[in-house]
Amino acid sequence: MRVAFGIFLIAGFLAAYPARAEEDPGCTVPAYLLTTESKLAKVADAIKMRKQFDILVVGSGSSLLAGPDGASASYPARLEVALRARLPGVTVHVTTDTLPKKTTEEVAKGLSPAIEKLPPASKPALTIWQTGTVDAIRAIDPDDFRSALDTGVEALQKAGTDVLLMNLQYSPRIESMLSVTPYLDTMRVVSQQHDVPLFDRFAIMRHWSDAGDFDLLGAVHGYAMAKRVHDCIGRALSTFVVDASGIKSADIGVRR
Amino acid sequence: MTIATTEMPGGEVASAAKSIALPVAAGERELRLDLFRGFALWLIFIDHLPTNVLTWFTIRNYGFSDATEIFIFISGYTAAFVYSRAMQDRGLVIASARILKRVWQIYVAHVFLFTIYLAEISYLAARFDNPLYSEEMGILDFLKQPDVMIVQALLLKFRPVNMDVLPLYIVLMLFLPLILWLMQKKPDLTLALSAVLYALTWQFDLHFEAFPNGFWAFNPYAWQLLFVFGAWCALGGAMRMARILASRITLLICVAYLIFAFAVTMTWYFPQYNFFIPRWLENAMYPINKTDLDVLRFAHFLALAAITVRFLHKDWPGLKSLWLRPIIMCGQHSLEIFCVGVFLAFAGHFFLTEVSNTAWTHFFISLAGILIMSAAAWLLNWYKAEVGKSGKRAKSVENDADFAGGDA
Repeated sequence: MRVAFGIFLIAGFLAAYPARAEEDPGCTVPAYLLTTESKLAKVADAIKMRKQFDILVVGSGSSLLAGPDGASASYPARLEVALRARLPGVTVHVTTDTLPKKTTEEVAKGLSPAIEKLPPASKPALTIWQTGTVDAIRAIDPDDFRSALDTGVEALQKAGTDVLLMNLQYSPRIESMLSVTPYLDTMRVVSQQHDVPLFDRFAIMRHWSDAGDFDLLGAVHGYAMAKRVHDCIGRALSTFVVDASGIKSADIGVRR
Repeated sequence: MTIATTEMPGGEVASAAKSIALPVAAGERELRLDLFRGFALWLIFIDHLPTNVLTWFTIRNYGFSDATEIFIFISGYTAAFVYSRAMQDRGLVIASARILKRVWQIYVAHVFLFTIYLAEISYLAARFDNPLYSEEMGILDFLKQPDVMIVQALLLKFRPVNMDVLPLYIVLMLFLPLILWLMQKKPDLTLALSAVLYALTWQFDLHFEAFPNGFWAFNPYAWQLLFVFGAWCALGGAMRMARILASRITLLICVAYLIFAFAVTMTWYFPQYNFFIPRWLENAMYPINKTDLDVLRFAHFLALAAITVRFLHKDWPGLKSLWLRPIIMCGQHSLEIFCVGVFLAFAGHFFLTEVSNTAWTHFFISLAGILIMSAAAWLLNWYKAEVGKSGKRAKSVENDADFAGGDA
């Protein structure tokens, strides 16, 4: 019995490896982490009808990357590159609005002014709201966190954009210092209640770490790995956004 | 967990204990309590390590409640059992003094663990430089103000992750004299008051403030319910519930609820099956609040306890088996072993992040931790037995209560 279980486990590990080798960036995301029931109708409209897709990324420090080419290597920029490749003939533009060290409540207040100040021609069809990290660091009461999320999502929807939530980064070393579970749970609940897709960055990064794609835990860290992680998040995010919009390749006239 | 067949304090048991010179005759201890508390301590240790193979053997993966519930319930049970006897024998003042002495011990243990934690994260803060996590490292900003931080830690307001149980325990024990005093007079009223406080906590969002912001991860206003419930069971409540516990309907409800909880928990690990849960149910259930001891968690613990008591009898011979000795011994020295476990979890975490991180290292660290905890428990047992031998004549009665009470 025990031997059989061992063989089963080993077979499982072996089976998991070759699957990854096929894709070039070495960071495959299992399909279930990129599925959502919620639909991005305004995104579909922008891509199909207007052929112009503007995205606003609202985030905290983990949407940024330091360094000389940080701006072009961070995930919002990589998302733009990936979407342009995926949606030929569509003008894709990603704007980033980062507010480091601001809690969800503080960010939520400024959300609709941030969209109103944009010129009407470049009003985003989609707002990606990355949040939760600062709240976890500052141990904000999950109830307050939840109502701040509610406020923010409602304000964005009222301002006329689709909304996509992005949760915290997975960081094994910080796990011993930071309690992230309540914030992850709350974001899942809010996304379901408002029927907005949740990009589960935490689960995806944990999957990469478990699968050995990234050594998020190891002693040697570097700028190169951070860039690679952001690139992979950008790619996964582009898949997620396109899938959630319900757009098929045929809709935009791509022949492959 | 011990319900139904437990000996009650007072009368015969207390006088029998006094007439025996040994510190608590072997047969007198409720070994099931020790077993499950030891079990809870092992699980708490494993859950505090990063996820690994052994994590899949911990109960939090198969239902709503986890080892914390077991630990707090049994702590309430044993504390009530031991100190109510002291209160009857020696009076309110002496019993309260003994309880406060115990609180002091727990406090010192907490501060000791905090010191170790501080050493670990200071090391990490000095070494850790990863551009990917520059934002998350903001958690270490408090190191810039050590004066404030240390004072807040001494006030139990600053409690790092995984160090939440002892402060909760300290607060609960501080109120034990009051709880016991009331419970000896009006047990059901005490339990009712506790339930009212629990309800008020949910209604008015009562909580303990923490430093630098936020609240206590285990809200004592809510968790007291489990502790008081444990005490109530120890002081006769369990006997009165015996009939309910023995009924077939109770069994069916418990099993059904455990299966439901199991199914829901599985959807957390296999989100592809999430669609089985209707939205309205999701909206009603989530988030399952650990801080305020969610009703779903409390009910899950009750169901587990009811089934355990039904099928695991007090005189089950397995309780005396050599295989269960380590786990029972750990349960008999809960405070010490809890501290050893938290320390080992820090150390194991550190080793995994800084030295080696393979599935095998994870496994061996978990195993080594459990062995060290068992060895420490054995050492404590041996030491207590030796001390007991030499000081037998002088303080037999005191030791008697302290032996059990030392672990209340």
